[in-house]
Amino acid sequence: MVRSTTKDAQDLIRALWSAYSATPTNLKIIDHYVAFAVFTALIQVVYVALVGTFPFNSFLSGVLSCVGTAVLAVSLRIQLNKENKEFKDIAPERAFADFVLCNVVLHLVIMNFLG
Amino acid sequence: MAATDAQTSLRHAFGNVLAFFILILIGVLAFSIRLFSVIKYESVIHEFDPYFNYRVTQFLTKNGIYDFWNWFDDRTWYPLGRVIGGTVYPGLTLTAGTLWWILNSLNIPLSVETVCVFTAPIFSAFASWATYLLTKEVKGPGAGLTAAVLLAMVPSYISRSVAGSYDNEAVAIFALIFTFYLYIKTLNTGSLFYATLNSIAYFYMVCSWGGYTFIINLIPMHALLCIVTGRYSSRLYIAYAPLIVLGTLLAALVPVVGFNAVMTSEHFASFLVFILIHVVALVYYIKGILSPKMFKVAVALVVSGGLAVCFAMIAVLVAMVASSPTMGWSGRSLSLLDPTYASKYIPIIASVSEHQPPTWPSYFMDINVLAFLVPAGIIACFSPLSDASSFVILYIVTSVYFSGVMVRLMLVLAPAACILSGIALSQAFDVFTRSIKLQLPSLSIDSPVDAGDGSSESVVPDDTVKTDKTEDTQKERTSKKSRSRKSSSESVEKPSSKSQIKKRLSVLPLETSIIAIVLLVLLGAFYVVHSVWAAAEAYSAPSIVLTSHSHDGLHVFDDFREAYAWLSHNTEVDDKVASWWDYGYQTTAMANRTVIVDNNTWNNTHIATVGTAMSSPEKAAWEIFHSLDVKYVLVVFGGLVGYPSDDINKFLWMVRIGGGVFPHIKEPDYLRDGQYRIDNMATPTMLNCLIFVETDGKAFDRVRRTEIGKKHFKLTHFEEVFTTHHWMVRIYKLKPPKNRIRGKTKKSKSKANPKTVSKRKELKRNPF
Repeated sequence: MVRSTTKDAQDLIRALWSAYSATPTNLKIIDHYVAFAVFTALIQVVYVALVGTFPFNSFLSGVLSCVGTAVLAVSLRIQLNKENKEFKDIAPERAFADFVLCNVVLHLVIMNFLG
Repeated sequence: MAATDAQTSLRHAFGNVLAFFILILIGVLAFSIRLFSVIKYESVIHEFDPYFNYRVTQFLTKNGIYDFWNWFDDRTWYPLGRVIGGTVYPGLTLTAGTLWWILNSLNIPLSVETVCVFTAPIFSAFASWATYLLTKEVKGPGAGLTAAVLLAMVPSYISRSVAGSYDNEAVAIFALIFTFYLYIKTLNTGSLFYATLNSIAYFYMVCSWGGYTFIINLIPMHALLCIVTGRYSSRLYIAYAPLIVLGTLLAALVPVVGFNAVMTSEHFASFLVFILIHVVALVYYIKGILSPKMFKVAVALVVSGGLAVCFAMIAVLVAMVASSPTMGWSGRSLSLLDPTYASKYIPIIASVSEHQPPTWPSYFMDINVLAFLVPAGIIACFSPLSDASSFVILYIVTSVYFSGVMVRLMLVLAPAACILSGIALSQAFDVFTRSIKLQLPSLSIDSPVDAGDGSSESVVPDDTVKTDKTEDTQKERTSKKSRSRKSSSESVEKPSSKSQIKKRLSVLPLETSIIAIVLLVLLGAFYVVHSVWAAAEAYSAPSIVLTSHSHDGLHVFDDFREAYAWLSHNTEVDDKVASWWDYGYQTTAMANRTVIVDNNTWNNTHIATVGTAMSSPEKAAWEIFHSLDVKYVLVVFGGLVGYPSDDINKFLWMVRIGGGVFPHIKEPDYLRDGQYRIDNMATPTMLNCLIFVETDGKAFDRVRRTEIGKKHFKLTHFEEVFTTHHWMVRIYKLKPPKNRIRGKTKKSKSKANPKTVSKRKELKRNPF
């Protein structure tokens, strides 16, 4: 049972890897960006666990800015992905412009809240 | 073909222009129907809470925004004071202040009071336009226009937004509907631009009203519903996730909410669904890139391993939440979820009259005809069911529940009822007019020509109308502005062979359709008549000025303003005035004196102190008031003129709230046989307490319809300084403490001087 589970796991990981390598490069760049943002958020959470939450608004604004850019990047990826039939009539430039606008609003709020 | 295209576009253009003019008329209607109070009384601020908002707006316009954010108000809740910047929802005052500033910079010198009085009607016009936009996203422009007209006139919304009712709900309802519209628009189009606008509109809602928690719980509920019913799509992700992140940040920016945006249970639902939607998105993504066999393997692995992690996290979360006594919910939210909570634990919330559950007649009074159009609308939403219509159904169900808990929340029910009734009415008109059009012989010749403009609606095969491929139709509908669907284009765009099936399904006999249309128009007429009557007679009273009609004409009772004006002219600027908390805002705003408690009711102990003082005998009451530096006590008595909401009728609440903090005040002491009486059958405690002694007046009390139980007594520690024209407001002054205190020292004095013996005897006869 255990043997088949690990074999299944290995097969699964191999299948995931091969399927993922087939995605276009621009989407992979976005995925790297998302991973970076989540990693930054994790670092901040670990830091707060070590040091304490004193300027809580700074912690909140830092973590939420990372999570926010990750979410927005995922939304951009959804809109740029050619396999999503629902978004075929949104031009990539329009999708990117929306992404930039949302990021501007997000970072305005972050700067205000950072203290 | 070109001719029909031109005809189609001409028709569309005509429809758009017509819709635009109808919307303008709806805005004018919404504004004008709320002007009855200005016409019948005067342009004055109503009720109690708007006076506080008006005072804050005055401060803002005089001192600017930085002083407003940092304002510490020491003229209320003496001696505690109140941090205005951190405890007020700034949306309303900032909106009115901005409006005033824009108008003044354009050299239109309107006073602040005028701008405040007319803010609510202006925003109700905006709210009806927002309802049009929202319902257009759900069902189409015809339903949108119907819903907008219904909202412009619905009595429940009128009651909280007449000219003069300068309260948070005036702008908050507009913000609510607009936020919902942008959410549905994002859900339908999947565009990040609308998601950004949605977050900004949500921010405006958080600034305006504490009811924003309704939005931040309804949207996650809807997202959860979509996921559970299998309607997850990436548009849902785009609509939901950025709103939560940006929305939480923006909500934390508002000082009133602050860190509550992440720490209270009201927001936890949004975070839970946020995590859930990411999990679901990941699952769908992996399902998309893997083959089905591998996906099954993945599911098996994840289910076994991931569930353990999940349970651990949930256990931690539950432990954290359960460790707080109210499980993280605030008192007001708990009183909504559990209707009996407030009466058991927080008497102040239970005592407010607008927090009581509504009665059945109030449903018919407030939403009238819509009450039985709503179920028809719910059924119409199911055919076809789309993301937007499932949202509207969820909205109406939750708002019906909450409106049953508190009569004040019928206001949140009103837009939902209007949307669903608009959908129902529009669908009904659709069916009837289509039946008529298909059966009139002259028009059937045009049907092949009309089939041409069906191309603009995109040839939708018959079966897909009934299934849930409505995302396509929704998108076509939003991308092409078609006129109201009264036109038969929907039915005849299908090839004529299929029109036979359509005819069998939804064409009614000609006479029935005509009669039905006439009846529906009559229904609308009843609704309009009722709304105008309700606006004119029931909801336009400013409650600071009262009128009554008698055989010799109209009597106007302006006692409240008379009393406040007396206070502001005849007392020192620093004098403190004590009254029951109802009158606090008005006293600070109009009389400009410091008060002990006001309508914000945030400090229960302070209010209980005042309540205890009102329920105690004279000497004890004097002691309490003297310790609070009070100079004047203000009571309201309606017995002479028959004003029913005076302090004697509120007295039992003073006893209950006081007794909640000071156990020596017991409610049964004031009741005879469990009944509340003030005539000669009242208990001695009742007859001796301060409120009773102060509000005595004439022998017969018109409100309670009894004779007063104790007449002819003298006040020893208070003296009456002012009573208004109709005996409605009475102001008493605390007598200063005696220079000499009676006690054992008098005996030594009597030995020294025989004169003081006679003086002492005199003193005994004359208490002061």
